[in-house]
Amino acid sequence: MKLELRKIQIKDVVFGDKMEVNGGVLTINKDQVVAKLMEDHRVKEIKIDLAKPGEKTRIIPVKDCIEPRVKIEGEGKGFPGVTGKMVPLGDGKVNVLDGAAVVTIGDIVGFQEGVVDMWGEGAKWTPFSKTFNIVVDIIPVEGLEPHVHEETVRLAGLKAAEVIGEAGRYAEPTNVEVFEMGNHAEESAKYPNLPKVLYVEMLISQGLLHDGYIYGVNSQKILPTLIHPNEELDGAVISGNCVAACDKITTYQHQNNSAILDLYAEHGKTINFLGVILTPELTTLEGKFRTCDYTAKLCTMMGADGVIVSEEGYGNPDSDLLMICKRLEKAGVKTVLITDECSGWDGMSQPLADTTKEAVAVVSAGNVSHVVTLEPADKVIGSAKAISTLAGGWDGSLSEDGSIKCELNAVIGATSEIGYHNCTVKLY
Amino acid sequence: MSNPFKVLYYVNQFFGQVGGEEKAGIEPFYKEEKIGPAAGFEALLEGEGTVVGTLVCGDNYFNEHNKEAFAFIMDTIKAAKPDLVVTGPAFNAGRYGMACGEIAAKVTEELGIPTLSGMYIENPGLDTCVSKVIVVSTPDSAAGMRTALPTMAKIARKLAKGEELGAPEVEGYIPQGRRLTVFSDKRGSKRAVEMLLARLNNEAFETELPMPQFDRVDPALAIKDLSKATIALVTSGGIVPFGNPDRIQSASAQKWGKYDVSAAAALKGAYYTIHGGYDPVYANETPDRVAPLDVMKTLEKEGVIGKVYDYFYTTTGTGTSVGNSLTFGKEIGAELKAAGVDGVILTST
Repeated sequence: MKLELRKIQIKDVVFGDKMEVNGGVLTINKDQVVAKLMEDHRVKEIKIDLAKPGEKTRIIPVKDCIEPRVKIEGEGKGFPGVTGKMVPLGDGKVNVLDGAAVVTIGDIVGFQEGVVDMWGEGAKWTPFSKTFNIVVDIIPVEGLEPHVHEETVRLAGLKAAEVIGEAGRYAEPTNVEVFEMGNHAEESAKYPNLPKVLYVEMLISQGLLHDGYIYGVNSQKILPTLIHPNEELDGAVISGNCVAACDKITTYQHQNNSAILDLYAEHGKTINFLGVILTPELTTLEGKFRTCDYTAKLCTMMGADGVIVSEEGYGNPDSDLLMICKRLEKAGVKTVLITDECSGWDGMSQPLADTTKEAVAVVSAGNVSHVVTLEPADKVIGSAKAISTLAGGWDGSLSEDGSIKCELNAVIGATSEIGYHNCTVKLY
Repeated sequence: MSNPFKVLYYVNQFFGQVGGEEKAGIEPFYKEEKIGPAAGFEALLEGEGTVVGTLVCGDNYFNEHNKEAFAFIMDTIKAAKPDLVVTGPAFNAGRYGMACGEIAAKVTEELGIPTLSGMYIENPGLDTCVSKVIVVSTPDSAAGMRTALPTMAKIARKLAKGEELGAPEVEGYIPQGRRLTVFSDKRGSKRAVEMLLARLNNEAFETELPMPQFDRVDPALAIKDLSKATIALVTSGGIVPFGNPDRIQSASAQKWGKYDVSAAAALKGAYYTIHGGYDPVYANETPDRVAPLDVMKTLEKEGVIGKVYDYFYTTTGTGTSVGNSLTFGKEIGAELKAAGVDGVILTST
């Protein structure tokens, strides 16, 4: 399988009559995007705005972030199984609007949406302060049932990324990243002495605002499954706008999964990267046993010497994470976990909801309850008041002067458990 | 230049130059002098601070007459109004460590005065204070005074000026157990790959999150006759009256609420969930699915349980720290105990 991600570096974004990239400037025809999204009868109104790095702009409540792309060679238009015809992904050439992101907002569906600040203190905590953001505000028709509301905004975001991605169809890439891997027999023959490594990506799969999707299939409904890393990099996995903002894996972060990229970088040098196992995090005990046993079995079946496991969310999925770890370590597979912590405002509480002695190698992506103060914005896209009901906010989070005091819980991507961001925890 | 900050120093009978073990029973006394390590300590402050006096107490007296010792010590400190209280260093001396730790913790907690101590990592006194007090890591015997005092003086100057301390290993104090979020120069996934490579190559690595230790609670005795028992309903499922009158958080709760359900047959129709950690659609349809007041009221009517307690207690479990949970549990438990409740149905999500 060979995937070329042809990165077109975006240096600015403006509205205009065309849909194109010229000299790194992305021009967006607003009407064209709105018209496409209004095709869904469940959408009442679409508003589009721009937020650029360094501007004193706050975006809230953010549901998902998506990277706009267009496939110029090979199969797969949009997100197969979701917004496009079902085809296998992972092969071909993709033009990527590198440095741009579609960011969806709109009325709160659950409480799991978040904030993105483009400047100052807030910008430090979210990776999406560094992207040129095309903010799509989706106002659905009245009376939608919550699950339908969530699906409507989810699909609108993906479609927006698809339409905007078209702007890059004829642009020349600034650099081309090639991801190529043969089948296991070939790779193992090429690298007989390198340790075999798998990546287990856990996906929260627990209902409204808590589901991940693989080729459009709700991860709640699957057994853990093996996927080629190229498929995920090519858009096979999307977010259901799930989990607290700080550690939801947005669609953008699936498209650019840092754990996959960092393992790929070592493939053929220090490791033989075997692939990705997507594992649902279920709510029932029986479900947890089934998926954790099955995940460990897939790893041992594949002959993995080492595994990285990343979590999504916190609380009960901590148990899944540690159950997988325990099974792998007992089978002699060296395991590294990536998680975040709930150690309270003061950082004095125990960090996880579960514990196991086998978890000896853990990367911490930060304390979700770490409190930050975000200075007043010049411009708010969306509604600053939303902070009072979001996970990580509270009544009184928003001050009269417009500043916000909240936990990292409410900041998009702050404690990314796929290790997309730089936060960690130090013992003081 | 501003006035030098005032330090009050605490030592035991030995470092207070009263005597050894045979003098361990002496009552506390205070002198407006620099006794024992206090003199060397003041010199190390290089004029920025001054030791206004030294409290001395026998180790046995402190541990055997804790209340009396504390009364004198706290009164003395209140009267002297120091900017900083320094105890020890106690090295690995157990009884001395207990005194240094307890005094430093109490002074910080009750008087709000910064405190500083010094101990060997295994000193039993460490547990009494380490989460509240900066304790400099010292060698296990008094031979380590030469290295302990300069570190203590350096930290004292920062504490007195309200300056933020750096990391424990940089400053030389024992970690307080505070898990602070900071930025790494490498993203998490890169750190994970490097940690895995280290493991695969049998090289040294260091976990960023040592596994937590869990406490265990013994279950209460069984209820002998349920038909005479009062049972309360408590949930962490975020079920609150419409409008969430007490503004309980949707995640990482900082408070709990209690609501009168004495006249209600069910929660349905007046309650919903504000919990951010699960699909709320079905709980909003029928909140009794999370907190089954309907079933409990039926059981009450049927005489299976004596009485459903008049108040229903609720908070949000998702992302709520164990520290807050302990506080909520103690507060709610005390109320239920005082109200004569015999048992609790505690539901999660």
